[in-house]
Amino acid sequence: MHELSIVQSVVETVSEWLSTQPPVRVRVVNLRVGVLSGAAEEALRFGYEVATVRTPLEGSLLMVRTAPIVLYCPACDALIEIEGIRDFRCARCGAPTGDVRHGREIEIESVEIEEDSEPGHAHSGAPQGSPQEER
Amino acid sequence: MSPATRIVELRKGVLRKNDELAAGLRRRFADAGVLVLNLVSSPGTGKTALLERTLRELREQGYSPAALVGDLETDNDARRLAASQAPVRQINTHGICHLEAEMIGRHLEGWNLAGFTHLFIENVGNLVCPSSYDLGEEIRAALLSVTEGEDKPLKYPSIYNSADVAVITKIDLAAACEFDDVLARRNLAAIRPEIPVFELSAKTGAGFSAWVEFLIAASKRTSA
Repeated sequence: MHELSIVQSVVETVSEWLSTQPPVRVRVVNLRVGVLSGAAEEALRFGYEVATVRTPLEGSLLMVRTAPIVLYCPACDALIEIEGIRDFRCARCGAPTGDVRHGREIEIESVEIEEDSEPGHAHSGAPQGSPQEER
Repeated sequence: MSPATRIVELRKGVLRKNDELAAGLRRRFADAGVLVLNLVSSPGTGKTALLERTLRELREQGYSPAALVGDLETDNDARRLAASQAPVRQINTHGICHLEAEMIGRHLEGWNLAGFTHLFIENVGNLVCPSSYDLGEEIRAALLSVTEGEDKPLKYPSIYNSADVAVITKIDLAAACEFDDVLARRNLAAIRPEIPVFELSAKTGAGFSAWVEFLIAASKRTSA
C-alpha cells in the first residue's frame, strides 16, 4: 500500500506548482500510471481523497490513466508496446526482451484548473465554498 | 458567468524526489567503490538468513561487507546479523511498506563507505511497493523461496521485472515442496528475460559458492 505515499507526492507536487500561479482552483489532476508501477487505481483514488483533506486540492478529482509497457526490441530496433504484464517478448518478432522503456512511470500529466473570472464569485456546484485565495 | 476552465500540462514524475536522492546515493556509492545490493522479496523468503551467511562468508574471505535492514518494527534482524561482526544498522519504517532513498541516506551517517566492499540493503518484505523506489543500488536481487510456489514471478511481475538477479532460496526444502525448478526458471525468464538465477540454501550452504563468487566479482568491478 504505497499508494498513499504516491498521492502525497502528487499533492505536494501540484501544491508547489499552484503556489507559483495566480489564484486558481484545481478541478482534476490527470495521472498516468504505468502498469508496472505496482500502483492500483482504486487505492490511488481512495488515498487521494484522504491526502487532499485541508490542502488546496481538497475536493478535486484524481483521474488515472493506465499506460502500457513499451519494450525495446534489439532485433527489430524498435519500440514495441505489449499487452499485459506477464510476457516480455517482442509483439512483432517474438524475441524475449527485458529492456523496458515505458510502463514503470507515475507521472502527473496535467491539471484542469478553473480560473475565477470574477474574484470572490461563488461557483455553483463547486466542491468548496471559498475561493482559493481566501485559504 | 461560469468560470473558465483550462488544462495545464505539468509532466512531472511523482517519484522524482526519490529518484534524485537515489541518483545522489549512486554517485556516492560509486565514489566510495562499494557494491550496493537491494534485496527484495515477500516476508519469510529468507532475506535475513541469506544475509547472515553471506556476511559471514564474505568476511571469512577477507571482504568487508555491511548491511542496512529495513523492517516496520523491531531490531531483531539487525541483532541477528550483528553476530557476523559486520557493521549492521536497522531501519524501522514504522508502518511504511518499503524503503526510500531518503531513509538510506539518513542511516549512512557516520559510516565510512570507502571502508566497505559490499553494502546490502534488506528491504521491507513486500513484493509490490519496493519495486518503485530506487535506493541507489547497483544490483537489485529478488528472492523467491521454494515454499512460495513457482508462479510468484507471474503474480508479481513488477518486482521481478525490476530485478537484476534472482535468488531461489531454501532449496534444501525443494523436494518436500515438490518445487519445479524448470518451471520457476521459465516464469522468471518470461518476466525478465536472461535474468541470472542463483539457487541456494542458507541453511546447508548449497549453492552458496556461486553466489559469493558473483558478489566478489561484482565488487571488484565496482571498486576498479
